[in-house]
Amino acid sequence: MKIVALNGLLGYGYSKKALDVAFSEKVDYLGVDAGSTDPGPYYLGSGKSFTDRGAVKRDLSFALAKALEHKAPFIIGTAGGAGSKEHVAWMKEILIEVAKEQNLHFTLGTVLSDVSVDYVLKKLDGGKLIDMSSEFPADRNAIKDSTRIVSQIGIAPIIELLKKKVDVIVCGRACDTAIYAAPCIYEGYSEGLAFHMAKIMECGGMCSEPVAAADVMQGYMYEDYFELCPANPIRRCTVDRVAAHTLYEQSNPYLIFEPDGVCDLTNSEFTQVNERTVRVTGSEFREAEEKTLKLEGVKCSGYRTICPATVFDPETIAHIDEIIETVTEFIKDNTKNTLPENSYAINFKLSGEKESSLGIIMDIVGKTQEIADMVCALARSRMLHCDYEGRKSSAGNLAFPFSPSDIHVGAVYEFSVFHLAKVDSLMETSEILIEEV
Amino acid sequence: MKKLIDYTKILRSKNAGPLFITFDLIFNTKEDMEYVEKRLKKSDISKAYDIEEGKIDIISYGVVNSIKITFPRKNISGSLADNDIYGCQQHMPLANIEV
Repeated sequence: MKIVALNGLLGYGYSKKALDVAFSEKVDYLGVDAGSTDPGPYYLGSGKSFTDRGAVKRDLSFALAKALEHKAPFIIGTAGGAGSKEHVAWMKEILIEVAKEQNLHFTLGTVLSDVSVDYVLKKLDGGKLIDMSSEFPADRNAIKDSTRIVSQIGIAPIIELLKKKVDVIVCGRACDTAIYAAPCIYEGYSEGLAFHMAKIMECGGMCSEPVAAADVMQGYMYEDYFELCPANPIRRCTVDRVAAHTLYEQSNPYLIFEPDGVCDLTNSEFTQVNERTVRVTGSEFREAEEKTLKLEGVKCSGYRTICPATVFDPETIAHIDEIIETVTEFIKDNTKNTLPENSYAINFKLSGEKESSLGIIMDIVGKTQEIADMVCALARSRMLHCDYEGRKSSAGNLAFPFSPSDIHVGAVYEFSVFHLAKVDSLMETSEILIEEV
Repeated sequence: MKKLIDYTKILRSKNAGPLFITFDLIFNTKEDMEYVEKRLKKSDISKAYDIEEGKIDIISYGVVNSIKITFPRKNISGSLADNDIYGCQQHMPLANIEV
């Protein structure tokens, strides 16, 4: 069976020629990952995508036509970057636009995987919420304050839709591996090999050299092994690249944790079968006794205003800690009667070498944008003119690169939920919809 | 005594999800990997990153002559005190450890 990964992230681009090469022989499934938590909590919070709409549309337009022409089901994971229902709606809107422009018709399956605050609180109360990190324990108030929470679905809902013979599948938040493992497991191949191949393929051309997340990867699944070969003839897969890929962004290079269980690579073997192709054998799967889904939620922490500046004077740099303390105390005193307690947080983000120059970002997050603006203005003016022992540069301490010097960043989100939920069914958070486009 | 970075061909950091930071050290030879493997101490990493030793995982991955180090982020990705959302510039304290 042949499965093709369009690239490592929808909207990152790929060579159209490489896609043509991939489809010059029979392709059974086409997949692409469209999301990540790498860019942080903002995108889930705001409902916006970190990928560009135009770039996503370009990537989809060739791929959708190819997939439909060759009757290869096209699976898109984590729509819109963060996979909430708003992100899925955004992705569907682009798909429908492409379909209209090219007069394409297809059956679309959608999986929504949002969960409610109540769902998470019930898991917490039932002792079914597992912390992933000692530094991030479950917090009832943070859960309650969450604006959006999604669950990372595994292969189950995708297989459900493949059974229904849909042409295109758009998933909400999904495990990257589920996109490629689901069709392999649906077709009856080994789960160990399926999850291992999926883990490598989901980054597109990242496992090839020259390395490129922005290119097409081809996976060939057989009974006892799988093979990877990049579609673009300028790239090749090597044993080192393919084997090293399970190091990337993973906490353990031997184990890939999935909602269904764990894929164990201890006995995996990698062989170079020709100049551009690597074969993998021996990857094993152990089903988990208790199935879990990862939950990701965010809360709005306020509104941000920042002021970037640089200090070049070594005397000022030498006194920077003292200056920051003076400024912080001044703001506290100055706002004592005008601002409610705990209505802002201030961080001075410093970068650079103390010997040469120091970059400063005054970062203020207020309960409202007005509060952030006011505190930022106070911090900026007080820091600019802050005196210290032996100061010669008495006209000002800061070089501002911009006018206006203070910048509105807007709403700030932080992760409020990042835990595993024990589930009775791996489908319990999935809402499936099938429609004709 | 050499700095850790001088033994490696790749030394990188990256989030393993927003709650964890993971470091990959990839060596040119098996000998280099085994040399570092024997001498790199959790106590040095603990000091460099101000993280308890018990929270640090070190796993050798001989398939590609590499060592992986993972521990939880104190300031999780995107929290107000975080300065590196992707976690890909956190490797220098590790790179400068002498072994």
